[in-house]
Amino acid sequence: MDLFFTMLVPLTIAAITLYAAGRRVDVYSALVQGAGSGLETLTRIIPALVGLMTAVYMLRASGALELLAGLLAPVLDRLGLPSELLPLMLVRPISGSAALGVGAEIISTWGPDSELGRTAAVMLGSTETTFYTIAVYFGAVGITRTRYAVPAALCADLTGFLAAAWAVRLCFG
Amino acid sequence: MTMTVIWTGMVVLSILCGLATGRGPAVASAAVEGASAAVQLALSIAGMLCLWTGVMEVMRRSGLADGLSQLLAPVLRRLFPQAARDRDTMDSISANVSANLLGLGSAATPLGLEAARRLARRSPGTASNDLCMLVVCNTASIQLIPTTVASVRAAEGCAAPFDILPAVWLASTLSVGVGILACKIFARVWKE
Repeated sequence: MDLFFTMLVPLTIAAITLYAAGRRVDVYSALVQGAGSGLETLTRIIPALVGLMTAVYMLRASGALELLAGLLAPVLDRLGLPSELLPLMLVRPISGSAALGVGAEIISTWGPDSELGRTAAVMLGSTETTFYTIAVYFGAVGITRTRYAVPAALCADLTGFLAAAWAVRLCFG
Repeated sequence: MTMTVIWTGMVVLSILCGLATGRGPAVASAAVEGASAAVQLALSIAGMLCLWTGVMEVMRRSGLADGLSQLLAPVLRRLFPQAARDRDTMDSISANVSANLLGLGSAATPLGLEAARRLARRSPGTASNDLCMLVVCNTASIQLIPTTVASVRAAEGCAAPFDILPAVWLASTLSVGVGILACKIFARVWKE
């Protein structure tokens, strides 16, 4: 099973490549051009990453996050959510770059194969930047009465966080 | 503007809290550290991220997304009962969902906005049930291969950065399932 998931990614790449080559796509030039656009994405997120990681590092050094995590720890414990991941859960719906920065920090502090590191990674992989997405969609089409979109989206986010902690315990526990 | 308020709030709060707890100097050095950590993080994931956007481009050009989109159409018609009558709207919705599944984020947003524009025409100013469903589906993550987070894990020296895939699929399925369920329930009980 482990080998399957390790090989899944190279096999996926190989399958995509063969399928595309079969459909007469110029695979290599597509690959290189796509990689170039990845670099563009990266240069686009670096400024946001710098701004938000600066603020998040300051907030953490000030002790404000610990204070908040301490206050909320009893609730989080009951839900099975580690309080170390509170900063990640707070920024996740607001900013993708900040969440990536906070998540990377947790993964680096506790190790990518620790339960905390894995849970942080699964949270990042199974949720989206909710408020940003809602703002983009409703802003673009001129909707001011959003009805139940925000509560429904937040239900999905909360489920994602709870399920991430549970799924990591289930798969690696 | 929202981000301005949040960012300013974070900075002011950390300075006040830092001074109150006697950690002022730590806050000062954290500001410098955070900025350089941001660039280090970006560089450490750059290689894998570029490889993946390359593979995604190959996938996009091969027309794989179109095939997936046709496969998904019957399922999606049940989620969007009002839009199901309009072929073009359903086409944009299924293209948006399949692009999201494959992780083609830059393709998914324009397709989703196109679908949203068509849905909004029926009820200007107010979000219809179908539009709420579309937005909620886009605020939940359904990406099959979470490449960015795997790049971060690989950069931290993880031997099998994709071993979290089953856990991610489980969590994503539950999250998007609850989002869809919440939409269907709210659609019945929501008082205007």
